[in-house]
Parts: sequence; structure tokens; C-alpha cells
Amino acid sequence: MLKITDLVKRYGSGDPVLKNLDLTIEGESVVSIIGSSGAGKSTLLRCINRLVEPTSGSINLNGTELTSLRGKNLRAARRKIGMVFQGFNLVDRLTVMENVQSGRLGYISTWSAVTRRYPKADIRRAYELMERVGIAQYANTRADQLSGGERQRVGVVRALMQDPDILLADEPTASLDPKTSEQIMGLLRDLAGELKLPVLINIHNVTEAKEYTDRIVGMRYGRIIFDDVPAKLDQEAMDQIYAGSPHADRAKDGAAA
Amino acid sequence: MTTLAEKFGRDDWTRFTLRQRMTRYGVIFGCALAIAWALTSIEVIWAWVWGAPEQIGDLFGRMYPPDPTNLETILKVLWDTVNIATFATTFAVLLSLPVAYIAAQNTTPNRATLWLGRLILVTSRSVNTIIWALLFVAIFGPGVVAGILAIMFRSIGFVGKLLGEAIEEIDRRPVEALEATGASRFKVIAYAIVPQVMPTFWAVSILRWDINLRESTVLGLVGAGGIGIILQGAIDTFNWPEVATILIAIIVLVIIGEVISAYLRRRIL
Repeated sequence: MLKITDLVKRYGSGDPVLKNLDLTIEGESVVSIIGSSGAGKSTLLRCINRLVEPTSGSINLNGTELTSLRGKNLRAARRKIGMVFQGFNLVDRLTVMENVQSGRLGYISTWSAVTRRYPKADIRRAYELMERVGIAQYANTRADQLSGGERQRVGVVRALMQDPDILLADEPTASLDPKTSEQIMGLLRDLAGELKLPVLINIHNVTEAKEYTDRIVGMRYGRIIFDDVPAKLDQEAMDQIYAGSPHADRAKDGAAA
Repeated sequence: MTTLAEKFGRDDWTRFTLRQRMTRYGVIFGCALAIAWALTSIEVIWAWVWGAPEQIGDLFGRMYPPDPTNLETILKVLWDTVNIATFATTFAVLLSLPVAYIAAQNTTPNRATLWLGRLILVTSRSVNTIIWALLFVAIFGPGVVAGILAIMFRSIGFVGKLLGEAIEEIDRRPVEALEATGASRFKVIAYAIVPQVMPTFWAVSILRWDINLRESTVLGLVGAGGIGIILQGAIDTFNWPEVATILIAIIVLVIIGEVISAYLRRRIL
């Protein structure tokens, strides 16, 4: 279970990007986060695995308080949090297998990492997952030879190789064409079910959010203003989430303060 | 109804404003002035300049035909030269790796190491190979060791600088992704940074080997081993036919080096 309490993130001395945010993800649900650009979706996701340092508040994953972790403990916690990126973030010059195995870097010894002598169990797991998403034939292909959809599958498999307790996806389909985009969303939903994994997806495409996820969280300028099942997301809620601009909100907040 | 041309039509467009144009002319004039001043302030003995063609003809006359009696020695020393360049490049490339690592803004552990790295690069680069050679000949005596060290010291700066810049220009996103998997710093470097700088690493190493091959041919002039020693000897004894042989040998070597490095570049990159 992921429990975020009173989370604040402020870049520099400006207005906070996340304002006293509370969010709880239970069980194996697929949750999408929607909201206009600049609403703080990406920052929220990155606070969870500490790619972004939260200013204050608490993030608790299965009993571990993530915000206070340092060094070795932080790395150990990160192993249990898989992340899928908008730009795939693969190492282009490495093969698909190396990219996939890089998800295990937190577990294996430096020597096996450098010599590429991966544990047999990891190789078996990699082939299973690659077979599952349909990229097993590319094991020895360089990552930059693949198409966008295939590259994102590599990204997903890399994250799953971590054997994570939760999967974060930061606009995983924003760089893909509509059809591929739906395939990836379907894949994320199915894998979440198969692996009993909660998934948190930032997404711009509301139609996909409604179709592929169990719960939608609507963010607007650092706050959660909608949190319910997709069926409850009506036009009014949509207007609230997407109306105006962060700039207008900022001006209003300033006036209120 | 007004047409677009009537409404917005204007045909006065200039790339630079008058002020910018004046500045540009001023800069050009300033450069010309500097060159003119430089020419008048160095003492050129023009008679020697005009007499050059005659001298060239004379020198060629004395060099022809090249004398191959010492060819065996020349080739042996030339092989030494190749070895100096190759050894020195190999060591320099290995030593430049940690230097590049601490001299790159995005990988250096802290500010002190950053400045240490930059200091090493600047020191290495600002001293010419020949000066390094003079220094090492004074320390280790004349010979191949001084030559290898001289070329090494100069190459560390060159390779380290270019490699450091390559590290600074890598794509940050894979690094972020691997940090997110919980990989240690070293593993992130090995998986996300090293593959990205590999092409530059090979290109720079080959280029430096190519340069070092040329540089090692003149090291002998200051006693640091290689073909330069017998070249100097031949010049000192006015043995022009042998000088010609040596020069031809050097040119052939450089061309072979060029061919090899071009081939390696094609194969590896």
C-alpha cells in the first residue's frame, strides 16, 4: 500500500508545485492521474521514488517511510519501485537484453553487471516477460533499432524485472501513436492484474484513462480535486480539472493569500 | 477592400541595423590593423624570403638522390617511433579516464575534484609535447622513456578534455532511469554513461594515436628517442641524401598511420 500524506514540493522559493497532497493507493488497482501540463503529476510520481526530493510530508510504501531514506537504504527502496518513462529512457547503444537486465542492477553484483554474466534466474525471467510483451526476438538487438512501441515494451519489462511492489508510469504513451498507445495501456493493465501490482499512471489521454484504469485522480495546480471511479468523471469534473491555466490559478491563490 | 500588400506591405528589410553594420566594419578594420602592426613589428629579413626559391632548389639538388645505405637503421628507429606513439597513447588513454570522470561537471564527486580535474587537463594541454620532452630528458636522460612520458603527458589533457566533454553531453534520461532502479553509482556509470561515450572514446583514442605518431617523429630533436635523433644527426653532418631518405620514410609512416586510423574508425564507429 502506498500512502502519501501532506506532501509538499517546492522548487526554489516559488509557489509549491504540490500542495499538502494526500493520496492512498491500495491493493492492485490501476490508478491514472490526469491534469493539465504543470499540474504537478510528474513531480508527484518522481517524489515517490525520490528522483525529485520532496520538501515535506510523508510517503509510505508497505510500511517503509521513503522520504527520509539515504544512500544504501534509498537504493534498496528504489529497487521495489518500477518506473516507466515517457521517453522510454533506454540506453540506446545497449542490446534489449542488457536494457532489460539493467532493471536488476540493484540486485546483482558489480562484477556480474560489468561482465554481463547475469544470474540464470534473471535471464529466464527476462525471457518470460519479453515473451509476454512480444519482444523476445529482439534480445540481441540494439535498443535504438526498435520502434517506439517496442522500445516502451522494453521499458516496461525493465521496470518489471525489478520485481517491484508498485509500478509508476510517467506518461508512458505520450510519445506513441494512438494504436500503439492503446496496446501499451492494455499491457500495463493486464500485467498489473497478472502480477498483482498497483500501477500509477500519469496520462494526458482521458479516454484511455477511463478505459484502462480502475480509478482516476484529477490534479489541478498541485492539488487533487477529483478522485473516483472513471464512470464518475463527468463533464463538470473535466472542466474543473482542465479549465483555466496554472498561471490563472497562481494569480487567484496570490489574491486569496 | 484592402489587400494584404496594402495593409502590411513593406520592402525595407536589412539583416543588420546601421549600428550593427558599423560595429562589424569596425571589427574588420581593427583586425586588419592588428595584422599590419604584427607584420611591421616582427623583423623579417625580406632578402631571405625572396631568396627562398633558390635555396629550396639548392637543397633539393643536394638531397637528390636519397641515400638508402642506412635504410635498415632508419626503419628500425622508425619502428621505435611507432612504439613510442602506441605505448604513450595506450597509457595516456587509460590515465585520462579517471581525469575525464572528475573533470566532467555531471559526474565529478565534488567541486574540489572538479577543479583538480580541470587543473590536470589545463596543465597537460598548455605545455607542448616538445617542452614536456625537454623536461623528461632532463629527468630520465635521453631515450625512449622520456619520449613516451612526454607524449603521454600531453595526450592525457587532450583525451581527457574531449572525453570529459562527451560525458557532459550525454543524454540524462537513461541515467535517471537506472537511478530509479536502485542501481549504485558505479553501475549507473557502467550501464548508462559508458555506452554513451564509447564512440567518442574510440574516435578520440584513434585520433590521438594518429597525432602522436607525427609528434613522436620530432621528439628525437630534443633527444627523447625515435626517428628524430638520426634526422638531427644527418642534418648536423650535412648528410642531405640521408635526410631525404628519413623524410620520405616519415611521410610513408604518416600515410600508413592515416590509412590505419581511417580503417579503424570505419570498423569501430
